[in-house]
Amino acid sequence: MKDVLLVKYGEIAMRGKNRLMIENNLIKTIAKNLKPLGDYLTTREQGRFVIECRNDKDIFDYDRVIDVVANILGVTAVCPGIRLEDCSIENIRKMALKHFKENFGEKNLTFKVETKRSNKKYPMTSWQISSDVGGYILNAVDGIKVDVHNPDVTIMVEIRNYSYIYSKIIKGFGGLPIEASAKATLLMSGGIDSPVAGFLSAKRGIEIDAVYFNSPPYTSDRAKQKVIDLAKRLSVFTGGIRLYIVPFTEIQLHIYDCVPPEKMTVFLKRAMLKCAEKIALKNGSLALITGDSVGQVASQTLQAINAIDSACSQLPVLRPLCAMDKQDIVDWARKIKTYDISIRPYEDCCTVFVAKHPETKPKRAIIEKIEAQIPNLEELIDKAVNITEFIDV
Amino acid sequence: MIYFDNASTTSVCDAAYEAAKLMLTKYYANPSSLHNFGLEAENKTEEAKSIIASSIGASPDELIFTSGGTEANNTAVFGITQAYRRKGNKVITLPTEHPSVLECFKQLKERGFDVLYAPIDDKGNIIINEFEKMIDDDVIFVSIMSVNNEIGLIQNTDKIGKLIKDKNPETIFHVDNVQGFGKHRLCLKYIDLMSMSAHKIHGAKGCGALYIKKGTKLKSLIFGGHQQGSVRPGTENTPGICAMGAACREAYKNIDENLNKVKQVRDTLYDGLLGLDGVFVNGDNKNSSPYILSLSFKGIKGEVLLHSLEQYGIYASTGSACSLKAKKRSSVIDFLDKSRADSTVRFSFSAENNTEQADYCAQQIKKIVPVLRQYKRR
Repeated sequence: MKDVLLVKYGEIAMRGKNRLMIENNLIKTIAKNLKPLGDYLTTREQGRFVIECRNDKDIFDYDRVIDVVANILGVTAVCPGIRLEDCSIENIRKMALKHFKENFGEKNLTFKVETKRSNKKYPMTSWQISSDVGGYILNAVDGIKVDVHNPDVTIMVEIRNYSYIYSKIIKGFGGLPIEASAKATLLMSGGIDSPVAGFLSAKRGIEIDAVYFNSPPYTSDRAKQKVIDLAKRLSVFTGGIRLYIVPFTEIQLHIYDCVPPEKMTVFLKRAMLKCAEKIALKNGSLALITGDSVGQVASQTLQAINAIDSACSQLPVLRPLCAMDKQDIVDWARKIKTYDISIRPYEDCCTVFVAKHPETKPKRAIIEKIEAQIPNLEELIDKAVNITEFIDV
Repeated sequence: MIYFDNASTTSVCDAAYEAAKLMLTKYYANPSSLHNFGLEAENKTEEAKSIIASSIGASPDELIFTSGGTEANNTAVFGITQAYRRKGNKVITLPTEHPSVLECFKQLKERGFDVLYAPIDDKGNIIINEFEKMIDDDVIFVSIMSVNNEIGLIQNTDKIGKLIKDKNPETIFHVDNVQGFGKHRLCLKYIDLMSMSAHKIHGAKGCGALYIKKGTKLKSLIFGGHQQGSVRPGTENTPGICAMGAACREAYKNIDENLNKVKQVRDTLYDGLLGLDGVFVNGDNKNSSPYILSLSFKGIKGEVLLHSLEQYGIYASTGSACSLKAKKRSSVIDFLDKSRADSTVRFSFSAENNTEQADYCAQQIKKIVPVLRQYKRR
């Protein structure tokens, strides 16, 4: 018998030929993220992954391991339990009882046993195993009752290559595991929204690279560090992120010199999209992602989004938060633990020169016309992109 | 690199480094151990203590070592108010003290003390005759900082101390001397407790000391072994203490020379900016330590100027580094003149700086400021 963590994953099963590759990626991410916690081994077992201590003497630190694995995208649930090499019904009964007693003591509660039998050669049917094991526990523990419809406790028995017993199911974020072939580039500020947009996209299997616009001396290295920390936090879910840091000061000051104050943010955002698109095309991204939520600030009215979006000519811009309320975004940010990083007080470049009364309904045609008259803008953008550096977190 | 952030912390001087190294590698024994190896370590720390004591005009048994200025201030405020609680309920400080005193006084208020803040004028000086009226039989404790960490303003602790003792000899007077230690001489005649920190005078971080005048009762805040007379138990930070001793010896040996040098650096920077419009000195020019020059630049965010200077390898500070993470504006200047708080940069010096650096810094500021003023919120 050995302590294990069973890992369930969802939508992969549907994905035909890609399945093996996606499973391998997911196993790799699990192994990578578990590495700092100790010597854990992750193996495949008929539609599940099984995590165990490689060394039999080590103690399985369930709390920490569950926290890491349940956070990995594509994992629908994790179940702490035991694995039996001896799959005889006698052993299953005995171990199921032991598991029951260790986890639930002798309280007055209702329970049932549920069996999944993917090893069809096993001499008993699922129903037979459930009633056999259930009867054995019922006899051995005082004060408990069977309730097959609405039990307090469900003891799960899974008969696969080995047998597994567990009773707790801890939900993961689900979604799809990251697929290396589908990449998008996220425009990331230090704010609350963009990391959530990145997370929600990653949750649909999109591999994320991120772009940050650095405006020293108007933004500080601490603001940059904040974004690096946000990227690191996001990488917990994805297994790794490449963060591009675009030197944006020159572009920003140039735009300041050339456009009316109330329209400035729109031009800044267009310039950012242009930079990001160039980087995205180089790194093989198929889309850009922003944290825009319609109507949240002046540059996120539908008119503003319309006026900004045309800056990007070759790639679609995904806005996964477009219809979300601020509170829902904040809730997500708290859930994925980016919130506390996002609220660190360092200013990012969007807010430095923001006009006192920004225009809320910019017209796309006018914006484009003014932009065409800004001298050297394309050159400055090319220059910035060319000297952009990246870090892998 | 031009390091003008010495009020935040300083580089470790050679003497301090050697002293710490010796304690880390050769005399690493626990000074409380009975063997002679332990005794050697004890002797070294006692030697450091003697140096510090004689530098400030105290005797060695009037000193305890702490983890730094914050702990020294906490020990003074809580150690005294707990010991003398029965004698009265009033405590007095200034609204412009360091957070490690102000926050303690907030705690005292929650614990039922009558916390009073002495009034100050628009430059930050204590208004002495109004302060005098506040001292009565019920005042058990007064805490006033010698050199203000944000603006360098010096309070006259001799005058304040004498006044306190004349009106109520039983009132305990604490001076937070973290920014003055090793830089300005201070008479301990009317002072009952004084906080010091090593890393502001080229010692190591993590070590400070509290002077406690003989006969002053103090309740200890932490409990453990018998080290430091049980007032501050815990194995002594011997490398930190010996580094502090060495740094202290250097500082007091050269105290006048250093002060002159720093004054020249400060004046060079100040004079170099005279041609620039919209620059204000925070604090009282007559009454300030040359180690700190706090300037407000009209129409500029202090933080942006700081980061601009950083691009030229010049390191300064907005407000005090201690409260930076809380994104508090410079609280002292906030108190004195709200309109300036956001646009303040603090330059703080040490004898390692020179006038060429100050001159270069002034030149850069004169170049940067007009550009920054051009790009403002519209």
